[in-house]
Amino acid sequence: MSETTMNLTLKIWRQKNQNEKGRFVTIEAKGISTDMSFLEMLDVVNEDLTRKGEDPIYFDHDCREGICGMCSLYINGQPHGPKHGTTTCQLHMRSFHDGQTIVIEPWRAAAFPVLKDLAVDRTAFDRIQQAGGYVSVNTGGVPDANCLPIPKVKADEAFESATCIGCGACVAACKNASAMLFVSAKISQYALLPQGQAERWSRAQAMVEQMDAEGFGACTVTKACEAECPVGIKLTNIARMNRDYFNAKFFKEETVHH
Amino acid sequence: MSSFKEAFSSTLGKKLVMSLTGLFLCTFLIVHLIGNLQLFKNDEGFAFNQYAYFMTHFGPIKIVSYLLYASIIIHALYALILTLHNKKARPIPYDQKPGNKNAAWNSRNMGILGTVLLVFIATHMANFWWKFHNDQVPYIQYETNIETGQISAIEMPAEEFTDYKEFSQDGVEYVQARDLYKQVEFAFENPILVAFYVLAMVALSFHLIHGFKSAFQSLGFDNKKWIPLVKFLGIYVFGVIIPIGFAAMPLYFFFK
Repeated sequence: MSETTMNLTLKIWRQKNQNEKGRFVTIEAKGISTDMSFLEMLDVVNEDLTRKGEDPIYFDHDCREGICGMCSLYINGQPHGPKHGTTTCQLHMRSFHDGQTIVIEPWRAAAFPVLKDLAVDRTAFDRIQQAGGYVSVNTGGVPDANCLPIPKVKADEAFESATCIGCGACVAACKNASAMLFVSAKISQYALLPQGQAERWSRAQAMVEQMDAEGFGACTVTKACEAECPVGIKLTNIARMNRDYFNAKFFKEETVHH
Repeated sequence: MSSFKEAFSSTLGKKLVMSLTGLFLCTFLIVHLIGNLQLFKNDEGFAFNQYAYFMTHFGPIKIVSYLLYASIIIHALYALILTLHNKKARPIPYDQKPGNKNAAWNSRNMGILGTVLLVFIATHMANFWWKFHNDQVPYIQYETNIETGQISAIEMPAEEFTDYKEFSQDGVEYVQARDLYKQVEFAFENPILVAFYVLAMVALSFHLIHGFKSAFQSLGFDNKKWIPLVKFLGIYVFGVIIPIGFAAMPLYFFFK
């Protein structure tokens, strides 16, 4: 496949800092290779801006191989762009065509305030995780293999939940800016495994409580989160979270201890 | 705060209220449809008017009807509370809207569909419930000849009617009742009302295709064995059979 170049019109959200009002700025991106990733395209635009002495576009990125969950961007109405099951760093410019206008917005949620341009503060997720998304036992040495038997289906399902990279695309995609897909995946990865049982009921309560405190919306089961999740986290996690939460609140004795 | 109070003030708990009230309203629809099928009986409302009296005067059903009114109000109220909460969760909207790219239209517009249904319920109750309870419907007397089984119906003047009555005299069984059937016939002569009823049933279909299965999701019910049944019921029973059954009533009277 031969490499071709294209010219694009970018409509990018620019915002100096958390307190100032932002606006859309139109930037022409010329001579963009179809083999570039979306972030590499922005790198090229930023080099151009730097040469001109302008402020480069601020955006989040880290591993650039689709596993860290750092990159974001709401591209033409979809988190991580038009392709399903990818992060923005794994989105390539061949998914766009020459002369296309691309609108790039930051994640929009009260719980994810814009820090600058396209970068948002996702520490709300960290606080939810800190509220109970862990197993608080001293692990000691590495246990022997198979000393804790777990059925394969359970292990697989827990692993699928654990693939959540915490990028926040679920919040960005949801019309209610709900974080339930993220929170439910983090609850599920322990709820399905024996190591997570001891704190299962207090964890569900603590994490849901923190989620609400951060100001995320409620779930209306539109399934937009599932459709946009780059790692394919399923809606069944949310049902499991609901079940665990109501179970904990109505039928179990453990409550959240502050 | 008690565990219960805490649970119901969480986003999950508010959805639980939506789910439970919604499912209760769904069960009501089944009963309401089956009962109202008597409208299709070509008996000048004999069966239907007796049924209407029974439904408004039988104790346990009266209790259920109060639960029903409460459910409608709570369902709408919590929908409003949740919508305001959800709007607050995204104060700055996106410039670009994804449309149908990642979510079905009805799942994103339950509020609009629900508002249509709320207006419909108000109209529906004003037309029939209010008129029936405030003596604004005509009266009728059915006379069944016990020997021949022949039934005749005669409109009763308002002065002669006291209350619903069943009695026998000289080999004839008399039933005097409020003629809600006549009111149904009268109301559905109006093409605008018929069109609105049909439109509301389209809204009901879309509302329930999303709502019925989502209620189970909010409850945390996603059992692999039973979810296909829930989805089937949501689409074919609550999304197709029930709305078509209800929509058939105004159309039947309009074209009769």
